[in-house]
Amino acid sequence: MLSSQNFVDQLTSKGFNFFTGVPCSLLSGLISCLEKTPDVPYIPAVREDAAVGLCAGAYMAGSLPVLLMQNSGLGYCLNAFTSLNLIYKIPTLVIMSWRGCGGNDAPEHIIMGKINEDLLKTAGMDYAVITPENHQDVLQRAVRKINEELPFTLLVKKGIFDERH
Amino acid sequence: MKGTEAFQELIPLLKDQPVVHANGYICRESFQLQDREANFYMIGSMGLASSIGLGVALCRPDKKVIIFDGDGNVLMSMGTLAMIAATAPKNLVHIVFDNQVYESTGSQRSLSGSVPLEEVARSSGYPVALKVSKKEEVKPAFEKLMNGDGPGFLLIKVDPVFDPETGRVTHTPEEIKTRFMNALGRREEGSRN
Ligand SMILES: Cc1ncc(C[n+]2csc(CCOP(=O)(O)OP(=O)(O)O)c2C)c(N)n1
Ligand SMILES: [Mg+2]
Repeated sequence: MLSSQNFVDQLTSKGFNFFTGVPCSLLSGLISCLEKTPDVPYIPAVREDAAVGLCAGAYMAGSLPVLLMQNSGLGYCLNAFTSLNLIYKIPTLVIMSWRGCGGNDAPEHIIMGKINEDLLKTAGMDYAVITPENHQDVLQRAVRKINEELPFTLLVKKGIFDERH
Repeated sequence: MKGTEAFQELIPLLKDQPVVHANGYICRESFQLQDREANFYMIGSMGLASSIGLGVALCRPDKKVIIFDGDGNVLMSMGTLAMIAATAPKNLVHIVFDNQVYESTGSQRSLSGSVPLEEVARSSGYPVALKVSKKEEVKPAFEKLMNGDGPGFLLIKVDPVFDPETGRVTHTPEEIKTRFMNALGRREEGSRN
């Protein structure tokens, strides 16, 4: 398991300084650490696509944004990813929980869990599945993608981060 | 008042402020009248001009940030009004060209004829929310918002008389972004939010 605090520290040390999202229990540890981090805002968003817009504005204004969300919000975001981020080349680091992964979850998560990766691939959104072993490498990969001004998604399975709820 | 007339009132009052435009007619009309480097033309992502503008305003408290929005766009992302009200950036001015239709797609009726958007903004918590419907009211209302603390909301009621011959924005999306970021420049040290 990864420590949420440690991961937040890695993000801020890489220059990420603007956080927003809609909560997922799998990301509750990360969000609770962010809310306690001085000098970097975590702004609760009403919906994931609004958070994509917020991140886009923050990026253009000189910040490095991170969006935390559950994969159930991916559908809301596809239009924003394809008609904003990808065509204007506006990067955002997306930390997305992978509910329904492997088919073991509540019924509402099963279909999205199954098509989650295919949807990202079809939309042309580069991503990686984060593990305790690869987290530094995938974070490096994310930073490289963001330097190319493209969004990057880290998919988070259950049990990767400590939860706080 | 025609939509074009509202733009003609507002555009001469702009200095170097960043203006985030909603998609469709709003972008096209403003681009046609006066293209500016500090204009962000959102050509897709309907509904997100407000959240993009909010992101800019929160990260650049040293700049007055303006959103040119449409009624259909605002109705699509009404929750963003809550985010703006809750984060309360003093430097944000949210202007809505309310023609009560989705003019860009053939003037189908929107719901803003029965839902007063300025009241939605006010009860969401915008400290100032004004509504104007006459041409001569536009300038004083805009100046009031620009000179006071925001977030301010201005609903401009206009007639749906868009000329479909009005051209589209000719810059590529990447050009729009690069110009906009250059116009914004970097925040001066010491002006933290
Ligand atoms: C998600 C999405 N749905 C529908 C459209 C088609 N569309 C483009 S502009 C527009 C109307 C926007 O309405 P409003 O904000 O009132 O602006 P107006 O055209 O009236 O100036 C619509 C429906 C779109 N671009 N994106
Ligand atoms: Mg309209």
